[in-house]
Amino acid sequence: MITYSFLQHYWWFLISLLGGLLAFLLFVQGGQSMLFSLSKTEDERRLLVNTLGRKWEYTFTTLVTFGGAFFASFPLFYSTSFGGAYWVWMIILFCFIIQAVSYEFQSKPGNVFGATTYRVFLFINGLLGTFLIGVAIATFFTGSDFIVNKGNITQQLAPVISSWGNEWHGLEALLNVRNLTLGLAVFFLARSLAVLFFINRLNHPVLEARSRKHLWYNAIPFVVFFLIFVIWTMFSEGYAVNASTGMVSLEKYKYFTNLLEMPVILGLFLLGVVGVLAGVVATWLFPAFKSGIWFSGIGTVVTVCSMLLITGYNNTSFYPSTHLQSSLTIFNASSSEFTLKAMSLVSLFIPVVLIYIFIAWRAMEKKRIDLEDVNGDEHAY
Amino acid sequence: MSLLDATLVDWSRAQFAMTAMYHWLFVPLTLGLGVIMSVMETLYVRTGNEEWKKAAQFWMTLFGINFAIGVATGIILEFEFGTNWSNYSWFVGDIFGAPLAIEAILAFFMEATFISIMFFGWKKVSKRFHLAATWLTVLGATISALWILVANAWMQYPVGMEFNPNTVRNEMVDFWSILLSPVALNKFFHTVLSGWVLSGLFVTGVSAWYLLKKRQLNFALKSMKVAAVFGLISTLLIAYTGDGSAYNVSQRQPMKLAAMEGLYQGKTNAGLVAIGVLNPAKKAYNDATDPFLFKIQIPSMLSLLSQRDINAFVPGISNILDGGYQTKQGVALSFLEKQARGRAAIQSLALYQKAVTAKDTTGERMYKAQLKENYPQFGYGYIDKAETMIPSVPTVFYSFHLMVILGFYFIVLFALVLYFVNRKQIQKTNWLLWICLLSIPLGYVAGELGWVVAEVGRQPWAIQDVLPLNAAISNISSDSVRITFFLFLFLFSALLLAEVRIMLKQIKKGPEGEK
Ligand code: HDD
Ligand code: HEM
Ligand code: HEM
Repeated sequence: MITYSFLQHYWWFLISLLGGLLAFLLFVQGGQSMLFSLSKTEDERRLLVNTLGRKWEYTFTTLVTFGGAFFASFPLFYSTSFGGAYWVWMIILFCFIIQAVSYEFQSKPGNVFGATTYRVFLFINGLLGTFLIGVAIATFFTGSDFIVNKGNITQQLAPVISSWGNEWHGLEALLNVRNLTLGLAVFFLARSLAVLFFINRLNHPVLEARSRKHLWYNAIPFVVFFLIFVIWTMFSEGYAVNASTGMVSLEKYKYFTNLLEMPVILGLFLLGVVGVLAGVVATWLFPAFKSGIWFSGIGTVVTVCSMLLITGYNNTSFYPSTHLQSSLTIFNASSSEFTLKAMSLVSLFIPVVLIYIFIAWRAMEKKRIDLEDVNGDEHAY
Repeated sequence: MSLLDATLVDWSRAQFAMTAMYHWLFVPLTLGLGVIMSVMETLYVRTGNEEWKKAAQFWMTLFGINFAIGVATGIILEFEFGTNWSNYSWFVGDIFGAPLAIEAILAFFMEATFISIMFFGWKKVSKRFHLAATWLTVLGATISALWILVANAWMQYPVGMEFNPNTVRNEMVDFWSILLSPVALNKFFHTVLSGWVLSGLFVTGVSAWYLLKKRQLNFALKSMKVAAVFGLISTLLIAYTGDGSAYNVSQRQPMKLAAMEGLYQGKTNAGLVAIGVLNPAKKAYNDATDPFLFKIQIPSMLSLLSQRDINAFVPGISNILDGGYQTKQGVALSFLEKQARGRAAIQSLALYQKAVTAKDTTGERMYKAQLKENYPQFGYGYIDKAETMIPSVPTVFYSFHLMVILGFYFIVLFALVLYFVNRKQIQKTNWLLWICLLSIPLGYVAGELGWVVAEVGRQPWAIQDVLPLNAAISNISSDSVRITFFLFLFLFSALLLAEVRIMLKQIKKGPEGEK
């Protein structure tokens, strides 16, 4: 039965899935944050830039789609979070704007600021972009300080629906240690995935060996921060919604309960974590093993997706407010039934998109990239 | 209104206008150059002539540089609806968000996927696969234009929606009427064509430069021919769709039309101002000062174009504010009547909400009916005085007239180029080559002016008649917006500078391998 509630759940699933894909594709940013540490010579650096440079559009487009889909399906989130946590989002956007030109411009003559500037842009995007996205997503669990009152539209002089509760406009999220742990976890995850990606794509023994070494430095902090965040969250209070009245209250172990009450998601979550770890561990153990990115990558998609699912499903507020009754749920923040239905029809095209991405990727990735490849390509960055 | 003491609404407008106009510096070239290089690659695949391949690759390099900065400036616009127009995002997000999401799913992924084959796939995939990838990249860009313009057209002419007092927002009820609205379709063609015109000018101008320098002659002549044909067809079509735009405006946004023409007092057999100078002494809409210092009119043309009838009455600014004239829908309301209805609608909404809380079902039904009756004027309830209803007449008037003049100028220019190209004399007509080179910026000017007409002319509305700007805004400090305004201004200007210099270097270098 396609009910309104079903559509709301379906769209929360799509948002979660896009979030998972985005987390995986952040390996581009992770790689950018290692441009200077992983390479020792100009040639090596160029190779890294060009390897990442063939993928950056996917990450960017996924971010754009994540935003667009959120706007269409849960507009109240769009208006409350973007207009409220203004500064966090603006800084994230800034990081992505400077990235978008950097690949194309850095090696071109006449680029005014010099290759190094553009590579620093890439580095900044890798550093701040990943970390701040992690922090912003953490507030889906920890809550923010905002008030929503739809009735305010009748206040002719100040028809404001959503207001942020403080002047920091989102930057205050950085003062919450739990948010920081997720930020750091995402940052190190992106770098771990980048390392695995390089091992998979590069035909360059020196860089490959170095990448394997760097896997240690990144995967261990990732696991540590991730575990801190997950365990902390499981034992914390969560934002529960009363199914019949819609009232929001704090409930002990809410996210843990959600996992137990939705065994499929629990299974996915565990499977995802195992996938991420399997990719990393196998790469350590077997020097000839190069496919870690697929295990860890798919693991990342599944893990992040299931973590986002438990913030929205099972009567939970996906974007909670410290003013509890202002919290956003998939019911009170969603678009109308008609819009969700129309959008669901459009979502049927997603498999087509995935198929042509797959075909294109296959056509382009028949062999690993090396310097010769880069030097022989007129469009190389 | 000086920018420095401008309030939150003004800074938010300034930020949106600035970022959108930056975006629009790059979008049209993506749309048009994409087609031109695809045509060249098609000629290469069909004839096997390597010269066409070189030409296509050269323009593709420029395309890539321009594309990157187009992407960089686009992302901020998408999120600005949330960051700066937060009320708007909830109030109309139900309808407005959908095209944005569809754009991302259906168009941006297509662009992103096939552009990497286009750039990096020359040696990796077959000729035909590559050609398909090039066309699909351009198709993706054009589809993205379609969806964003559907969204924009809906702001100018909101259809397919209904207000839901329980959720306090407008909800979509008819997807097709939004997609197929005449405003949306016309806007799509006019805007995409403007990108084609601009690219025709760009390629003609750059080719003219090679001819003047006596370099790359073969390549330049080939490119010029393609671009001039393409440009001439596009400019003829843009004049045609421009007429459609003006007709749509006259039917749905009479105030914008009045501002475009500087028409204060309505007339039958109204003339179209061909050239005019506004009178800066005109202070109030209803004073007796003549709005023009000087003008040349085409008699009855405005009535003909806007109402498709030489004798029709075209309302001016005063008429629209004072009401009382006959329209197709009946006698027009005055501003004060609309404002009263708008306030009543807002009042009914407030009472409705109270009734819901009090579980007073008769009250609920009554207020809902009252709300529905007055909803068409809902937005007027937020507007305090009649003057707010008038957009900046000089801005809209001059922008419109300059755009149209440029449009006719481009027709003449392309026709001349084509004439001399066909007679194989273009290399000897230095004066024309210079004009071509110097006309490149005019394409950009015309496009930006078009958006100024469309968007400034829409003021004070964010959504025509439904939501004015002051009710669309995010609740942040104007200082925050001012800081981000200057951050973006600085960043985009720096990137623009780099882009222009890179382009110039690439053009100087020319297509490789040819002498
Ligand atoms: C008529 C065409 C048109 C118009 C009016 C706009 N755009 Fe645009 N946009 C494009 C045509 C386009 C494009 C041709 O598809 C771009 C531009 C340059 C480019 O390289 O792709 C693009 C890029 C682009 C991107 C980056 C996409 C990516 O990741 O590849 C975003 C997020 C937006 N746009 C969003 C917007 C928003 C929110 C607009 C409205 C305010 C807007 N654009 C106006
Ligand atoms: C890229 C081409 C575009 C350009 C150059 C452009 C230009 C402008 C300008 C000049 C303004 C300021 C008007 C004023 O405040 O006086 C503006 C405002 C605005 N435009 Fe556009 N616009 C473009 C596309 C769009 C599209 C496609 C949409 C919607 C889908 C849109 C939505 C808005 C909104 C929401 C505002 C802010 C509110 C307002 O001032 O009306 N614009 N734009
Ligand atoms: C030749 C005669 C032309 C006429 C009669 C004309 C008419 C118009 C009108 C009436 C609008 C406002 C539409 C609205 O508010 O919804 C408009 C917008 C616009 N025009 Fe033109 N135009 C002409 C030529 C051009 C040229 C040569 C260009 C650029 C190369 C151009 C680019 C634009 C753009 C980008 C817009 C904004 C998008 C839109 O609203 O459609 N126009 N035009």
